[in-house]
Amino acid sequence: MEKSYIIKQISVFSENRPGRLAAIADALKEAGINIFAFSIAEADGFGVVRALVDRPDDAHKKLTDLGFRVSFTEVIGVKMRDEPGGLSEIAGVLGDAAINIEYAYAYSGKDAAVLILRVDQAEDAVRRLLERGSDLLKASQCR
Amino acid sequence: MVTWNPRMEEIPRDELQRLQFRLLKTQIYRLYSFSEFYRTRMKEAGVHPDDIRSLEDVRKLPFMYKRDLRDNYPDRIFSASRDELVRYHVSSGTTGKPTVVGYTQHDIENWTESLARGFTSCGLGRGDVIQISYGYGLFTGGLGAHYGAERIGATVLPTSVGNTERQIELMQDLHVTAIACTPSYLLHMGEVAEKMGISIRNDTDLKVGVLGAEPWSEQMRTKIEEWLGIKAYDIYGTSELSGPMFTECTEQQGIHVWGDLALVEIIDPETGETLEPGNAGELVITILQKEALPMVRYRIGDITVLDDETCACGRTHPRIRRISGRVDDMLIIRGINVFPSQIEHALMEIPNIGRHFQIVVDKKGALDTLLVRVELGEGAFSDKITDLMVLKKTVENRLRSSLNVAVGVELVEPGTLPRFEGKAKRVIDRRSM
Repeated sequence: MEKSYIIKQISVFSENRPGRLAAIADALKEAGINIFAFSIAEADGFGVVRALVDRPDDAHKKLTDLGFRVSFTEVIGVKMRDEPGGLSEIAGVLGDAAINIEYAYAYSGKDAAVLILRVDQAEDAVRRLLERGSDLLKASQCR
Repeated sequence: MVTWNPRMEEIPRDELQRLQFRLLKTQIYRLYSFSEFYRTRMKEAGVHPDDIRSLEDVRKLPFMYKRDLRDNYPDRIFSASRDELVRYHVSSGTTGKPTVVGYTQHDIENWTESLARGFTSCGLGRGDVIQISYGYGLFTGGLGAHYGAERIGATVLPTSVGNTERQIELMQDLHVTAIACTPSYLLHMGEVAEKMGISIRNDTDLKVGVLGAEPWSEQMRTKIEEWLGIKAYDIYGTSELSGPMFTECTEQQGIHVWGDLALVEIIDPETGETLEPGNAGELVITILQKEALPMVRYRIGDITVLDDETCACGRTHPRIRRISGRVDDMLIIRGINVFPSQIEHALMEIPNIGRHFQIVVDKKGALDTLLVRVELGEGAFSDKITDLMVLKKTVENRLRSSLNVAVGVELVEPGTLPRFEGKAKRVIDRRSM
């Protein structure tokens, strides 16, 4: 049950220099892969590009063939109420359950704002959020 | 143990030393009588052939440097007449004007004999197919290895360098069992093979690599052996000594320098004083039987350690440990000597770091900075920035503790650092630009 809400995100190691994001985006375009959410985390001299795409396995293969280091990460997507308190509600549920949010980013979906979360206990987080009436994105909806 | 020339390779040590003394004495008399270059040198140094009364007296003779060959370009040091020469080789001239080396038939014979012993000591012989992926032509590697390999009755595949995909196809099709090339070219081949969907370990008959012409580390050996499923042996030589000349045996405990062909000394590069076996210093070689271009106390500039014990394989000749660097490769970073080989050594011990690296030396104000760029290895990438920062820090700390100087590390995408088919050029020194 909880597993159906766990989404495969691809993460790509990238040097922090001009043209690297373009190279990743071009490769996905060429393979006809749609990106519907992404973020860039930057560190000293390098970055990690994280993305939700419609065909993660194809994206992984395409980028690996080009020589990129790519990995899959399990994340969950929670639809937020688009009004004050939307984020606080979700963060509160996880905080109460002592589930740590490692990172998060948001995108504006077709019908709602969606918060993408990487948490230390994904299945537990899904269960808690469902119990509290949150609306989660199913992995099958990300295709 | 299979030996090519058992009588000579297992000669008792005292007998070998008597032979070396006799050969040295003969060579010095010959040079004093017939070579203007050497006679002048010896007169300037106040030494006469009669002063050579023991093997140790070689220390009385003046050193010879690469610049002597350049200053006497092309053949003014030669002590054989032109019609006695059967071949020329010319160095690449990477560090200046090229040097010309001439060979008499006897010189080619000794060179071939030396490598025949070496290949045999690496377990090779009749029935082996040896791919020679050193450059043929003016460079000594290809032809030198070729003659040695033919002499032991192996089948030679003279691929030379380049056209890597074709080389890999031939390696498979002709059941190559051994390869002679630079370690960096073999790494490159391994990567190209993988891209072609071929595993050298599983899909070829390759079992031995005789690798040299550039410094490489013990850790590099382990990586190559584990990755490609072969035994990797070090080979050593320079064009001035004929070419690649001396190899390790299957014990992998240093390079056997045949004492009947060469006399080895290790000196302190600063003072020129001879060091006792076991100490690291600059290699000085006297080729005892060279006719065309005699080399007496030649300072090659390579740093190594002499091991004077009889090898576990039973061969009595002295060995040198793998070359750890060059006197002129040495980088001085804020007054501290740093060899690229030390960096390679430290990197190879860290998991999740690729096989390639680049060293960038720069100056920020008055301060030298050392930056090492490394490729993120397979399995190192976890998506967590913190894990990557830990890896970067680990590399920095390892390098700092082994070099005693602060090092910046840059993690780069795999496949982005330059690959080399010939000698690797891993240092970019922007201070001198």
